[in-house]
Amino acid sequence: MIIAERKPFKEIKEMLSPYKRILVLGCGTCTAICWAGGEKEVGILASQLRLAFPKDKISVLEGMVQRQCEKEMVTELKDKVEKVEAILSLACGIGVQTLAQVFEGKPVFPGLNTTFLGMPEKEGLWVEMCGACGDCVLDRTGGICHIVRCAKGLLNGPCGGVRRGGKCEIDPEKDCAWALIYRQLEKQGRLGLMQKYYPPKNYRAVKRPGRIQTEKA
Amino acid sequence: MAKPFREALRTNDFIVTAEVTPVKGSDVLKIVEHIELLKDKVDALNVTDNQGSVMRYPSLGACLLVKEHGGEPILQVTCRDRNRLAIQADLLFAWSRGIASVLCLTGHSIDIGDHKEAKPVFDLDSVQLIHLVHILNSGEDMVGNKLIGGTDFCIGTSVNPSSDPIEPQFIKVLKKIEAGVDFIQTQAIYELDDLKRLMEFVRKVDGKVKVLAGILPIIDLSMAKYISENVPGIFVPQNLIDELEQTPKDKVASKGIELAAKTIRRLKEEKICDGVHIMFTGREERIPEVLEAAGLRG
Repeated sequence: MIIAERKPFKEIKEMLSPYKRILVLGCGTCTAICWAGGEKEVGILASQLRLAFPKDKISVLEGMVQRQCEKEMVTELKDKVEKVEAILSLACGIGVQTLAQVFEGKPVFPGLNTTFLGMPEKEGLWVEMCGACGDCVLDRTGGICHIVRCAKGLLNGPCGGVRRGGKCEIDPEKDCAWALIYRQLEKQGRLGLMQKYYPPKNYRAVKRPGRIQTEKA
Repeated sequence: MAKPFREALRTNDFIVTAEVTPVKGSDVLKIVEHIELLKDKVDALNVTDNQGSVMRYPSLGACLLVKEHGGEPILQVTCRDRNRLAIQADLLFAWSRGIASVLCLTGHSIDIGDHKEAKPVFDLDSVQLIHLVHILNSGEDMVGNKLIGGTDFCIGTSVNPSSDPIEPQFIKVLKKIEAGVDFIQTQAIYELDDLKRLMEFVRKVDGKVKVLAGILPIIDLSMAKYISENVPGIFVPQNLIDELEQTPKDKVASKGIELAAKTIRRLKEEKICDGVHIMFTGREERIPEVLEAAGLRG
């Protein structure tokens, strides 16, 4: 899933200051699950905005859409959108851009910073898992992605900066991906995979901007 | 003129290299002083590459200074700041100007340096970098184009003998040896058992690669604390800190140098490794004291 965090309120307030009628629009999928853009967060942010601006200056509408990244779902909001001058999206960057595309004439602002593709590790903790590199390596790493879970994205083993106990050079809270990979492959009796040399990665496996055209089913 | 480092590696002599750190700025006076002071006392001088992810005068530029002043440079190349195009171009330039040895490193993370918002590159890793140098040495570039004039670099790399867990580190050093390295300069070591463990592993897989133990003398307690907290991969043991704490303040520096020299003498006498690589992070003027105390060409 896509993980995001709310932008600092000061930044949001500044973005919205020229507008009087605003729609705060949440997303019911990824950003709702990571506690950044669900119904509850929409409510909290809308209240904060109402408190921050004088009553006569601003009117804040609230709204939710199941997936802001789908044009059809977003189009259903047409009537609500017509009533406001600007939209503050609490979806990921994809949701923001979908709104911008569907409602061309309406300024859309991001209320979140989209941070990474990850999963909930435990309650309130989300961790990055995938870099969407377009050339998956998980078959050779025991299912642990060193492209994003190693701070340097190294392909042939750990750097020399590993902290004691297999923790990352940059943060003792983070595991060294290569220490994890070693343990996993050892458990599976597949350490040979780690001993193999991997040549430089094709960082152009996805030609940016990415675009995939498939045959219609 | 100094003899090529590759020739020094071919002898059975105890090899000594030292590290010089470029300044932050264009005034090269200090590094030239260090080069002049050290060039005839060591087999080669490493020049660090934006050491600790702190932007400085480039390794390539300072290696040219080493050449100009009659020393033998080792160009340190990290994968942090340059992609595969830039690294190849820099290596061609280095070779064309007489820099014949290269140390292939990953490089510290951007996060520990002074440009924390920079985009980290790591297009290659250190094992791939070793392969790349071999490819340039064969007269081609990475994608198989013929070069008009190739290179013939002597290739080195680094390893951290105190890494924990050590097994993944050993797998990586094995890959580096298989890729083909002439020498290894280890991260600073304080526990000889760690080095012995590494030597046992390296000797099992390769009899020829020369291993130089990294020596970083601790000359004040704040330095010990700074290194432990800020330099990833260097572990200053508590017993060393205790020993320095019990030393009168005005004698801590000489004690630190004495301890480093003692380690070097042991390494040499017991033939634990093939040489030493002395680092002094900006205080290179003190390296001759270490060499003298260790009985090495001081």
